[in-house]
Amino acid sequence: MIWQALTLQLGYNATLVAIGAMLLGVSAGVTGTFLFLRKRALVSDAISHATLPGVGLAFIVMVAFGGDGRNLAGLLIGSAATAALGLASVQWLTRRTRLAEDSAIGAVLSVFFGFGIVLLTVIQTMQSGRQAGLDGLLLGSTAGMLFSDAVLIAVGGALTLALTLLLRRPMIMVAFDPEFAAAQGMNTRAVDFATMALVMAVTVVGLKIVGLILIVALLIIPPVTARFWTDNTARVWQLSGVIGGVSGFIGAAISASAPALPTGPIIVLTSFTLFALSLFFAPNRGVLAAILRHLRFQRRVHMRQGLLALAQGQPIFERYTMRILAREGLARADGVATDDGRARAAKALLDEKRWEILRGMADHESTAALYDGLRQIETVVTPDQLAEIDARIAAPQGVPA
Amino acid sequence: MGSEFVSLSLPPMLIGIFAAIACALPGNFLVLRKQALIGDAISHVVLPGIVVAFLFTGTVTTWPMMIGAAVAALVAVILIEAIQRLGKIEPGAAMGVVFTSMFAAGVLLLERSDTSSVHLDVEHALMGNLESLIWLDAFGWSSLLDPEALAGLPPELPRIFIAMVGVIAFIWIFWRPLKISTFDEGFAQVMGMQTGALGLALVAISAVAAVAAFDAVGSIIVIAMFICPPAAARLMTNRLGRQVGWSVVFAILSAVFGYVFAGYGPMWFGGQDSVSAAGMIATVSGVILALAALFGPARGGSQA
Amino acid sequence: MPELTLASNGGQVLTAEDTANSPLAIRGMTVSYGQKPVVFSVDATFVDGSMTAIIGPNGAGKSTMLKAALGILRPLSGSVTVYGKPLDEQRARIAYVPQRASVDWDFPTTVLDVVLMGMARELGLLRLISGGHKSRARECLSRVGMEEFANRQIGQLSGGQQQRVFLARALAQGADLYLLDEPFAGVDAATEKAIIAVLKKLKADGKTVVSVHHDLATVPEYFDRVLLLNTRKMAEGTVKEAFTSENLQAAYGGRLATAQIDQVLAG
Repeated sequence: MIWQALTLQLGYNATLVAIGAMLLGVSAGVTGTFLFLRKRALVSDAISHATLPGVGLAFIVMVAFGGDGRNLAGLLIGSAATAALGLASVQWLTRRTRLAEDSAIGAVLSVFFGFGIVLLTVIQTMQSGRQAGLDGLLLGSTAGMLFSDAVLIAVGGALTLALTLLLRRPMIMVAFDPEFAAAQGMNTRAVDFATMALVMAVTVVGLKIVGLILIVALLIIPPVTARFWTDNTARVWQLSGVIGGVSGFIGAAISASAPALPTGPIIVLTSFTLFALSLFFAPNRGVLAAILRHLRFQRRVHMRQGLLALAQGQPIFERYTMRILAREGLARADGVATDDGRARAAKALLDEKRWEILRGMADHESTAALYDGLRQIETVVTPDQLAEIDARIAAPQGVPA
Repeated sequence: MGSEFVSLSLPPMLIGIFAAIACALPGNFLVLRKQALIGDAISHVVLPGIVVAFLFTGTVTTWPMMIGAAVAALVAVILIEAIQRLGKIEPGAAMGVVFTSMFAAGVLLLERSDTSSVHLDVEHALMGNLESLIWLDAFGWSSLLDPEALAGLPPELPRIFIAMVGVIAFIWIFWRPLKISTFDEGFAQVMGMQTGALGLALVAISAVAAVAAFDAVGSIIVIAMFICPPAAARLMTNRLGRQVGWSVVFAILSAVFGYVFAGYGPMWFGGQDSVSAAGMIATVSGVILALAALFGPARGGSQA
Repeated sequence: MPELTLASNGGQVLTAEDTANSPLAIRGMTVSYGQKPVVFSVDATFVDGSMTAIIGPNGAGKSTMLKAALGILRPLSGSVTVYGKPLDEQRARIAYVPQRASVDWDFPTTVLDVVLMGMARELGLLRLISGGHKSRARECLSRVGMEEFANRQIGQLSGGQQQRVFLARALAQGADLYLLDEPFAGVDAATEKAIIAVLKKLKADGKTVVSVHHDLATVPEYFDRVLLLNTRKMAEGTVKEAFTSENLQAAYGGRLATAQIDQVLAG
């Protein structure tokens, strides 16, 4: 089943949904990257929840004018209107009052959502409202997706993606250093506004497939996942788009392969799986790599401290330090150094002394600043300089005339 | 009028009030700690917590659900913290990853498991169902003293009441450490306070409030109860004690007016059916916040 | 190869007795951010009844060491004793003045409330604040010249006033050891004078004061001991012994020209 789903052999609707979800995933992944880099990921949560009253109002207006309340284009226009109002409210609360952005986001998302629920109950009592199925937009509903819906999503997603790519340079600049960008004559508020407008567009486009509660996941999870693999901004948005697209496609395929597998949640969980794998196994920023690096580092610190203590005949208080020295055969369990240990300790002390001399040499200030207790001095000075330092150690203390 | 009010309106109204107070109290500290969105995360992960508890016990009973939700909230907070630290990800993005995924898992589990026999479905989880919590055994105010009628109270009412009392007790007992660690965490640590454990306890108590309120108002409107009354209260005063007092007042006002508008508002406009009480409570709390933002005496920042 | 001695040990070898008598003894402390140690293998023993300045260039790990000594940061290695016992048993004897910028001054509370926070240990969880506590808090405020601000919202204070409130809170702790993190950063001259007067009074009463300090010019006037830090401990001792041009040169490197040092030492 799943293989057939992945190769698009499960029929017309499933194919439509899978392609739509993939396109949505790509544009959400790319657009979300710029929101993430701007460190305002959760503003999208306010935006997406604020679409609900717009959907309700659009339905009521369309019915009042004798149209079909379920027209997707109409609903999306309405949702964009209140999403914009929600975004404006977040900004108004943060600028005009002492409230922080997190409070403003939480207040706006819950109040707009609450008002949206009120409107949905109003619609349920309307003559034509009983089978409106608007609650499908909460968690997405791909069951009865029409070809025209798919075209709308595809075109909307492609347009958003194109605009995002067009605006990527200013968005990156503002995300990286807003003050510098402003000093360069860039209108940072306009750029921020554009970022938010694009996020809004993705949210609106994604309502049908993943719903307004979970669309946030498609905006946030792919860029966070991509960030684990690269430090290069361009790579982050490219990878994020790929991750979003893959999650959308695979998620939709899995969801089509069996009943009672709702598309939106499955897509989110697929991208979360990719995220979890990256969190643990990414080569540089991953958790496993970080833990290994930290353990190695801690060992080096204790080793060095232990050797210095041995060299200066000081007692060692830390049991971990003692254990490491003993395991390496550098000291006996009672803290007395072995021959090997004495040699290594003397070298460590000599190194430390060399750093001390280096620090006193005014013309080597920037080199001396590299000191962190662990760095080998041979790696930062030339053999000639080292010889000069050693000459000073041999000479009586003090600054030579 | 009296008997109808006691059986149809009084229980949901009380449930709304208790839920709003239970959420607003810890909400004050979440807002001051710039953790308002932890409230957002908690309320989203209540759903998977409850569903997992249901899958383990097979019934929808209070204590397993409470424990399930509290555990889910702690798991979420620990995951958020871990992702933030280990992956060097900003808190907002870490939260977004965790609570959307857990919420998606909750929806999926709910769809996959047979909950047709019990009162647990996605729509209910999102929107709540305050209006249905009625007291059929009541025949007027005298029923409040009749043990037999009291036994027929909707079970949600005593549950949310106990949760509210628990929240009040927690805030009262730990007032001083909560206040100090919120203002100056380093100083609190030097005084020997376990600030990490205290922060987790605040999350756990918020989760208990959220799950108790969940029945009535659903998982998203709970966020309004966590954030709007405390945020509005912050704009009214510069004293913590008074802020908490205002937040309780605003919580009660939101619950009462929200319920009344939902029930009677449509009639004023010539409609017949009532609208979602939970949604209306959130709307009213938002209106209160907007008014406080416009006219609150302490609305400006310290720089203003 | 001659016998090597590191200047950073100041020639002193600690005995168990030194540690037991010291208000604050730090041993083998290394603290790192990520993979870079900012404090490396530092031993420090502060002397009872003294006033010690911790000095060193920016990024030398001064605040970091203080925070790690207080258990706010977790060190990679090292141990701390306070009056010869583990830190956790001696919390009541320590008062702490954090950097002013480390808290949210928009917090809804008053000046008096902040000072009362210093008494949280003796108040416990539920004991109500009595008139006696309040009058003691007011007394602490008057010692820093802030009594008329008791009911102000803290966000309305100037930087210097905020710093004085923090000092009053530390006084309310009634401790024996006072640890301050850059108390003079960004404060007005009057505040600096007021703070130093309070600290000198504490010393006169036999208390121990340790302060992260930035302004080299005032070291000899304000303090009787110094600890020079630059990732490692560079020197420790009385101002006379340790506040020397070689040590300063070693700790600050070329960042501090010889002429400047001479000026400071002459000053």
